[in-house]
Amino acid sequence: MFRLEARPAPSTLARWLAPLGALLLTLLLAAVLFAQLGQSPLHAFAVFFLRPLDGLYGIGEWLLKATPLMLCGLGLALGFRASVWNIGAEGQLTVGAIAAGGLAIHFDGSDSAWLLPAMAGAGVLGGMLWAAIPALLRTRWQTNEILTTLMLAYVAPLLLAWLVNGPWRDPAGFNFPQSIQFGESALLAPLLAGTRLTVAFPLALGLAVLCWLFLRHAYLGFQMNIAGQAPAAARYAGYSPARTVWVALLVGGGCAGLAGFAEVAGPLGQLLPSVSPGYGFAAIIVAFVGRLHPLGVVLASLLLSLLYLGGESAQMELGLPASITGLFQGALLFALLACDTLVHYRLRRSR
Amino acid sequence: MRCQSLLPHARMNSAPRLALRDITKTYPGVIANEDIDLTVLPGEIHAVLGENGAGKSTLMKIIYGLVQPDAGTVLWEGRETRIASPAAARRLGIAMVFQHFALFETLSVAENIALALPDAPAPAALAERIRATAEDYGLPLEPQRPVHELSVGERQRVEIVRCLLQSPRLLILDEPTSVLTPQAVETLFTTLRRLAAEGVSLLYISHKLDEIRALCDRATVLRGGRVSGHCRPAGESADSLARMMIGAELPQTRLSANNVRREPKLVLHNLSRPADGPFGTALHALQLSVHSGEIVGIAGASGNGQSELLQALSGEATLAQADMVQMLGAPVGRLGAAARRARGLGFVPEERLGRGAVPALDLAANTLLTAAGDGLVRRGLILRPTVRRYAREIIKRFRVKCHGSHALARSLSGGNLQKFIVGREIAQNPEVLIVAQPTWGVDVGSAALIRERLIDLRNRGVALLVISEDLDELFSICDRIAVLAGGRLSPLRHTSATDSAEIGRWMAGLFPTETTHVPA
Repeated sequence: MFRLEARPAPSTLARWLAPLGALLLTLLLAAVLFAQLGQSPLHAFAVFFLRPLDGLYGIGEWLLKATPLMLCGLGLALGFRASVWNIGAEGQLTVGAIAAGGLAIHFDGSDSAWLLPAMAGAGVLGGMLWAAIPALLRTRWQTNEILTTLMLAYVAPLLLAWLVNGPWRDPAGFNFPQSIQFGESALLAPLLAGTRLTVAFPLALGLAVLCWLFLRHAYLGFQMNIAGQAPAAARYAGYSPARTVWVALLVGGGCAGLAGFAEVAGPLGQLLPSVSPGYGFAAIIVAFVGRLHPLGVVLASLLLSLLYLGGESAQMELGLPASITGLFQGALLFALLACDTLVHYRLRRSR
Repeated sequence: MRCQSLLPHARMNSAPRLALRDITKTYPGVIANEDIDLTVLPGEIHAVLGENGAGKSTLMKIIYGLVQPDAGTVLWEGRETRIASPAAARRLGIAMVFQHFALFETLSVAENIALALPDAPAPAALAERIRATAEDYGLPLEPQRPVHELSVGERQRVEIVRCLLQSPRLLILDEPTSVLTPQAVETLFTTLRRLAAEGVSLLYISHKLDEIRALCDRATVLRGGRVSGHCRPAGESADSLARMMIGAELPQTRLSANNVRREPKLVLHNLSRPADGPFGTALHALQLSVHSGEIVGIAGASGNGQSELLQALSGEATLAQADMVQMLGAPVGRLGAAARRARGLGFVPEERLGRGAVPALDLAANTLLTAAGDGLVRRGLILRPTVRRYAREIIKRFRVKCHGSHALARSLSGGNLQKFIVGREIAQNPEVLIVAQPTWGVDVGSAALIRERLIDLRNRGVALLVISEDLDELFSICDRIAVLAGGRLSPLRHTSATDSAEIGRWMAGLFPTETTHVPA
């Protein structure tokens, strides 16, 4: 029989090495999986992790996909630090995309330089609005935000589906459920010729720096940290729990909404029935693999982005099913939880 | 059954009931016990005396099978024994009454006891046994009552009766009087002497010297994890015991007269609030005023409304009416904790780790926790160097033993952390300071320093309210004292005009309800 015994002082180094351990475990699991599917693991790894990064276009795609993950992950990490469990970044991203896209559709044909910034602002506000609902429910009626954010994450795509099937459907679109293609002035230009990478990526990096500064130097960041780590101490010190919930959800929603804007004004260029392959949910993994630290989130979003691309190339080259990406995401999160358990506890043979 | 099995081994057996030889137990970084020898004879009341952190608890956990020693031998009635678990200890006949009761609030007395017995009889038979044993030992108990209705003293009775039903040959009592009224202590002692007369060995753990001198046959004194002496307490003075226990004279604190102008700084006016949760205690129309330059003490066992009162005072809970709590003449009952702090309130809560301090953060961050308003934050940004300086100042002024302002709160001993928290609250120059259990679990040296600083503050004209279970402490530092029992506040007396006997009666709820109706 084995039992878990709490370690007196978990080491900081181990805490940071845990994600690497989790990655190794995931790769091990993947190797077994590939072998079972009749693929040489080495070849499969090459297809999964190296092929997507072949050439400038590949690298551009990698950073492009990392952008929404990074944006959502940063906002979520801030909230998770305060123990505000926003699980619904996917919905907030979708509403951000709706708000930004609505503006693009409404001002189609305008060539104002203000259209893009206005769309970005609308995206942020849209995401905040969607996150404000759970914030209000939590602060007024103590509703659990895990449930409400998750439920709203399923409502938002329905709203989008209704819009692209109804009022916002492209009249010249052969009845396909999609909006018009946005005009030039409503699209983010590629940053580098030969890629689809837009200014959203450096923006996300800048936001990571901002988050880091906020956590390190802002009194509000300190207060949110305390609220998450020691709620009784936060009450004792008189920090407002309602403010913590509002800030956490609004920042998380705003970041996700910005990601929604970056998607529709970037690679998508129009509103479609689905604007995200689950970035908002994958961002939860990004936040935890990144240790809720802005720098960690940047690295973790690059990793998760690579998993998305690898999954696509594995589908094309190895004929593996599409669910492989989700499988790897899940395995990574499980492995991380296991490693974290071992960081905080040691396995002892009980006598 | 009437506990006839308590008798078998009575004094004819010459082998010690329990003998520990060279017991050593180390935890990472700490030696909890080193080469401990301890011998307990049949029918003996043996004291284990020592400060907090001297290793008493670890030693008792070893005897009760909760912890395995790294080295040394345990002899039970002359035979070498390994006590692998509490169940094994109970099979040998070792029972333990814990300082913090292990009772389920929602269950009845009989159900709680049934849970601890290996083969519990039918409920009706068990209730009868409980009633019989309880009466036999002068510990009246009603088996059907739910535990949450019981007073602390009654809960302890449940624990003791639960042990007695297991017919123990060795009964361990860990600080059993810390929550009892002086009268209840006398009752307990009668029971314990009777048990000893029947041949049960008792291990009595305490740091209260007078009790040990009154009750115990022999004592083993621990200091810093080692045995610092064996003695017969009746033949020692409190001072000589203290020297063995702390290696120095027992520090004395005394109140001197001060001539601060007296004006009410903290006033409770018909303070009522509902209980926190189903097992809390509601407060009923408390009236109290604390003046500048005085320390008012509130005695009483925890669970009589103490936590509700503290939350109402600190602002962690807001009240129905603003004038229920008045500070410096202004109603603050509707203000939150931060707003009250900004008006000059300082507060040292009962729980140090997790409430008074964040365990995983360093002392600088824990300074910022409540002292941010003292110029440590400008335009929303933390002034890190200032915070460090402030923390270092507290560490120096209150002689907090630690590796500087980078030390994590959880790495500090209870006494040092308490010095830090008290220091942080005092450093903000409060007008009113509320302190809960100022020296609970704190070593003697730190306790003396904390009391001294509280008295300094009083002499500077601050109004202090101290809520404590420790009557000796309240009598040594308070100008006036009242009792909170069952959510009601007794009359306030000058400490010189009352004594521990009267306060003890009041702790049982027997105080005159003064009919001073203050119009609402």
